[in-house]
Amino acid sequence: MAEIVTDQTPAVLRGPTEKEKKYDRQLRLWAASGQAALESANILLVNSGAGTVGVETLKNLVLPGIGKFVIIDDAVVSEPDLGVNFFLDESCLEKSRSECCTNLLLELNPEVHGDWYPKNKEKLDLRYILNSSGPFTLIMYTNPIRQEDLATIEAYASQHQTPVVCIHSAGFYSYFRFSLHGTFPIVDTHPEVEKTTDLRLLQPWPELSAFAQEMVKEIDTLDDHEHGHLPYAVILLHFLEQWRQLHDGKNPTTPNEKKEFGKFVLSGSRTNNPEGGEENFQEAIDAINKNIKVSELEPGLKEVFNHQVSSEVERQSSFWTIARAVGLFYQKHNCLPLPGSLPDMKAQSSVYVKLQGLYKAKARKDAQEVLDLVRESVGGEHIEPTEVDLFCKNARFVKLINAKLGGPDLGQIFNAEKADDEAAEAMKIETGGAFSLPLSNFFIYLALKATAHSPVATANEIINTVTQLIPQAADYERMGQIAQEVARARGGELHNISALTGGMVAQEVIKIITKQYIPIDDTCIFDGISSRSAPHRRKHPEFALRIRV
Amino acid sequence: MTGTNATRRWQYLDHIRRNLGPFNQDSDVSEEALEALGQAKILVIGAGGLGCEILKDLALSGFRNIHVIDMDTIDISNLNRQFLFRKDDVGKHKAEVAAAFVEKRVKGVKITPHNCRIQDFDEDFYMQFQIVVCGLDSIEARRWINATLVNMVDMDNQDSLKPLIDGGTEGFKGQTRVIFPTLTPCIECQLDLYTPRAAVPLCTLATIPRQPEHCIEWAHIIAWDQEKPFPDLDKDDPEHITWLYQKASARAQEFGITGVTYSLTQGVVKNIIPAIASTNAIIAASCCNEALKIATTAAPALGFEESYMMYSGDDGIYTSTFKYDKKPDCAVCGEVAKPLQVDPSMTLRDLLDSFAVKPDLQLKKPSIRADDKTLYMQFPPSIEEQTRSNLDKTLKADLGLDVGHEIAVTDPAFPALTFRFILSFT
Ligand SMILES: [Zn+2]
Repeated sequence: MAEIVTDQTPAVLRGPTEKEKKYDRQLRLWAASGQAALESANILLVNSGAGTVGVETLKNLVLPGIGKFVIIDDAVVSEPDLGVNFFLDESCLEKSRSECCTNLLLELNPEVHGDWYPKNKEKLDLRYILNSSGPFTLIMYTNPIRQEDLATIEAYASQHQTPVVCIHSAGFYSYFRFSLHGTFPIVDTHPEVEKTTDLRLLQPWPELSAFAQEMVKEIDTLDDHEHGHLPYAVILLHFLEQWRQLHDGKNPTTPNEKKEFGKFVLSGSRTNNPEGGEENFQEAIDAINKNIKVSELEPGLKEVFNHQVSSEVERQSSFWTIARAVGLFYQKHNCLPLPGSLPDMKAQSSVYVKLQGLYKAKARKDAQEVLDLVRESVGGEHIEPTEVDLFCKNARFVKLINAKLGGPDLGQIFNAEKADDEAAEAMKIETGGAFSLPLSNFFIYLALKATAHSPVATANEIINTVTQLIPQAADYERMGQIAQEVARARGGELHNISALTGGMVAQEVIKIITKQYIPIDDTCIFDGISSRSAPHRRKHPEFALRIRV
Repeated sequence: MTGTNATRRWQYLDHIRRNLGPFNQDSDVSEEALEALGQAKILVIGAGGLGCEILKDLALSGFRNIHVIDMDTIDISNLNRQFLFRKDDVGKHKAEVAAAFVEKRVKGVKITPHNCRIQDFDEDFYMQFQIVVCGLDSIEARRWINATLVNMVDMDNQDSLKPLIDGGTEGFKGQTRVIFPTLTPCIECQLDLYTPRAAVPLCTLATIPRQPEHCIEWAHIIAWDQEKPFPDLDKDDPEHITWLYQKASARAQEFGITGVTYSLTQGVVKNIIPAIASTNAIIAASCCNEALKIATTAAPALGFEESYMMYSGDDGIYTSTFKYDKKPDCAVCGEVAKPLQVDPSMTLRDLLDSFAVKPDLQLKKPSIRADDKTLYMQFPPSIEEQTRSNLDKTLKADLGLDVGHEIAVTDPAFPALTFRFILSFT
């Protein structure tokens, strides 16, 4: 046991600030960079109807500390509002709903600014407000909405390339749909840590090979302590070398070969000890499947490499400039820049720290090479090295949202979804209910959308609206049931469904503002009866469905 | 408030309560049945991230008689999501502040706070409720209330069956479960869904630290005990955390390890789980949606078919619902002993230690009996002393345990439970 306890402490020992304390639980998810992005965001809510889902969304954005929000809503608070909206009370009756909600939302976080419109009883001039209180980071609007207001929002958003989300909550159903105007790349996708390990065991660089060779030079004469503390990365590099000598220079690739290779590694473990084996060798064997494989490009990164930029502005953006440089790096080396992190493994402290240093140094070298390539391209001279570092570290999991264009039309989706529903029913019958697949939420989307401008519609009116787009919808029984369920709510919101939907929308808005994690692409439909949500992706100009499993 | 205003106030909720839909055609929508929601007494356990949301959601779902239990007081780090609390409330009881806030905002709802532990109440207390909704961050408390509610079920008394709705979150992920005690799988049946985190071996902390976490755990487990800078470690006292942070930093420097920060120290020592408003909103609302469906039959609820909803929001949005099976050898709701395979040459101490990390057990202070004799008891001290010498004995040769023997394990955290095992040897 190390007995030395030094009294010297590092020079900078800083406790957290008040703000860091308050936001501690979220900073652990999106860090100071994400928080800074939130704090400079200005979010607009164009509210209407029962009016709760948008306000619940804002609540989940005010709490983590967005910079500013604006609510546009010309409704006056009435009794039904008090039965569904938590950010109103009896003193608000007959007053401006946007003003009252703004005030009660602002109580949640003194650091957030808020404003509301219309200020007096004047007629709402949406175009004027949009132009005078922006620019907005993101616009949210709720259904039902007046056609002309929707047109105003869409025109503004497309002119300013502002992301927009449409939210609709009625009865037990809801959906929301994001429009992002062009591709939306995410670098900091936060993949699961286990997936990110990249030890380069099949493509070791010279310094790593030399380090491993030095450690195992006299592997058989190492004392038990040293032998039992060889890091598993070193063990695997050593036995791979040996394996190749016995197998015409080839690495173990098939499952069978890997199994044999595992036995081969195990044969090197010393067993003349009380445990009858060595932990580090066991770690090595456990690491074979994940680490001894030729790395393939993830689909997300492939899409980035194959993407055709749509404009010169996009082309010169820092993301695409760095992406091109990483692409060149990949072509040249047949591997991505090294992320540089080393997972924990049994080893002596000093050996582990040295090995960690090798990985870090190689990552820095790779990032420098990418930076040099960036600097050579037009506009690349202004790109920050930290941005290049971040890209290199996350390169394998970089992702494009809203990248695909084109796809089947609504009728084709309808047919496909209906066929899936029928297959699910058949499966349920076949297995006596033991195995059931979820039914499609697509029909909920259709029924809700049919009430986007007229909340109080009968089931027949809903079906009529849907069949104008999709004639065959009239014949599908489940479509009819869902239309009845939507009609039952008569445009009213259930607080739970709006609170839940507000949570999901806020989460997606946070991902878009912070450019972290992976935002939904692009529609989510929630069924509060079966408690399921399913993402749909709209492909301009038609719809396409992508349910992730 | 006049009757007409009350009717107008709840009109959105009434749309779905008074009108039958295609998925609840057999529901009772008589005035009498509609009245039941307002009469129902519902218990909320936890007034934290989920609890605040749950209280709001239930109040706006038409529940009018709500109780809430939470022993905690408000901390500044709660304010980013526990939206019923303000900076001035720091240090006050969560249950009290939350109850008062929602009562004031939503007229007509009565919320009774209890600033105490759930274990402070007996079955009589729990018997008064129709539904229990849990928003807890502790597995132990969940297991306790689950065992209590299962034990309370009396097949001759329909009212003794209290549906348990349980929510949990971690970062962008969460889950909702609906349990009808004794009828559907209980929390103990699904305990292996929570894998306890593997502890770092003591020798790594003591001699070969490699990660900043190892240095922090060293300061926490070893240096603190050696130096006792304060009588007891208070994980919420910044001075104590600062001491650990400085110790850990010094040790990291000694070994050339980077990455020890105050925030990481706090995270490791307190086992902090990231928490955000949006995930809490989603899971709490999903719990309350199920509560409303159970109380009103306005739509079919989770429970008898699929009983578990899993939510994940870090990569797009993904939810799915699962059907679980009851485990016949569940220590809470099952009837039979579980098989337990052990190495006959292991010591009793090793066996007891293994119970802490076994996913389906997770017991920190186990006592153990075999058929007729007590092998080891944690309490009372006199028996502990008498049985302590058994800890270093081996199971077969010294203690005479053999294949087919039944052993019984208990733990003070779950006084109502006995975990029964049938031994077999590896
Ligand atoms: Zn059970």
